[in-house]
Amino acid sequence: MLTRRIIPCLDIRGDRVVKGVKFQNLRDAGDPLERARAYMDAGADELCFLDVTASLEDRPLLLELLQRLSRVLFIPFSVGGGVRSVDDARDLLRSGADKVGVNTAAVSRPDLLNELARAFGNQCVVLSIDTRRDGDEWYVTTHGGRELTNRTARAWATEAVERGAGEILLNCIDTDGVRGGFELSLTDEIAALVPVPVIASGGAGSPQHFVDLFTKTGAQAGLAASIFHDGSTTPNDIKRALQSAGVEVRL
Amino acid sequence: MIGIIDYGAGNLRSVSNALDALGVTWQHVREPAALSDCTRIILPGVGHFASAVEKLAEINMMDALRAVDKPLLGVCLGAQLLFDTSDEAPGVSGLGLIPGNVALLTTRTVPHMGWNQVTPRGNNRLFDSATPRHFYFAHSYVCEPADNADIAADVTHEGATFCVAVQCGNVCGVQFHPEKSASAGMDLLRRFATC
Repeated sequence: MLTRRIIPCLDIRGDRVVKGVKFQNLRDAGDPLERARAYMDAGADELCFLDVTASLEDRPLLLELLQRLSRVLFIPFSVGGGVRSVDDARDLLRSGADKVGVNTAAVSRPDLLNELARAFGNQCVVLSIDTRRDGDEWYVTTHGGRELTNRTARAWATEAVERGAGEILLNCIDTDGVRGGFELSLTDEIAALVPVPVIASGGAGSPQHFVDLFTKTGAQAGLAASIFHDGSTTPNDIKRALQSAGVEVRL
Repeated sequence: MIGIIDYGAGNLRSVSNALDALGVTWQHVREPAALSDCTRIILPGVGHFASAVEKLAEINMMDALRAVDKPLLGVCLGAQLLFDTSDEAPGVSGLGLIPGNVALLTTRTVPHMGWNQVTPRGNNRLFDSATPRHFYFAHSYVCEPADNADIAADVTHEGATFCVAVQCGNVCGVQFHPEKSASAGMDLLRRFATC
């Protein structure tokens, strides 16, 4: 059977890794190449790179970085941030990315998902949903969490998969960077709703949080950043805890 | 010298990067004449069966690959292209090097995405031993050889067991991505490059 995946996420600005809390106060967190290799060697199943500035001026720098990464990374990696068209996605894939992540642009123009799936296949298309709770409902936000829309996370996930998303990266803004654990009930609800893998993101602070995620929800993968960046925990530490809890992992 | 067929496939760069890391020499093959310099051939591929067949035909590679008499490894979509037909593209002929069809996965979760434990079957040139190892997958269609003897490995996903590696004489294919499967994938590529 498929193993549950552990995915370190590296937020990229220019050609450096950065990390903030709830998308604010970004601070330098190292060299992407060095970090990525270390995570691969420590058992990461996949990596996720997010271009947090996604500015046009920085694009050549990002593509060049991806080419260098693809020469040393022999595990899959996805890249997101600023993908607005099939051409944007093609640039990333040709530079070595295995999948592209889309977020704001797909909310503004959902046809983008159909176009990407047609061009590259849905296994290349990761829809990232930044969601925030408002009352009893979870709503989709855009622009790195700054703007709240009136779409619910459930409705958007369902529509996105019908249009061609091959994976859903579900990021709960309320828990992001706070390290208090994943949002379990929404994650499980979305995983039960859609027929594609769901990657949970936001809130991982300890190996136990991943045990909770995989024993209490149908998520296929867990994504985290700060827990790995500060060096306190490696992907293999988490996988050993998962194995002890009876969760299938690649060790 | 390994020839990597270059028809614009998405995983071309990853495959050549992996061979570089192994110290294996390779060249891109963009025309049939270049096949004569190669001792082994890799056919990469990501995307749609029909558009891949179309692009291979544009560079006259469909007939050239059918006639090739050297070890050939298809990777992901490249493995599916070895077959006669695919449900993804009814009416489109594949290479027909391995008898059979490519069918849509019928499990609840599609694509079959992530690391799964691959169990080698029978004697084959792809795996060092019969010990199961984890490889990385990202696909929605599966190869169904007409002859079970062509199955070189399988996996189980949500209760369904299906073929993920094939071998028929000199022709092999893997549904997973060895170029993205860390040490297990490197071992497989090394074995294909040297055995």
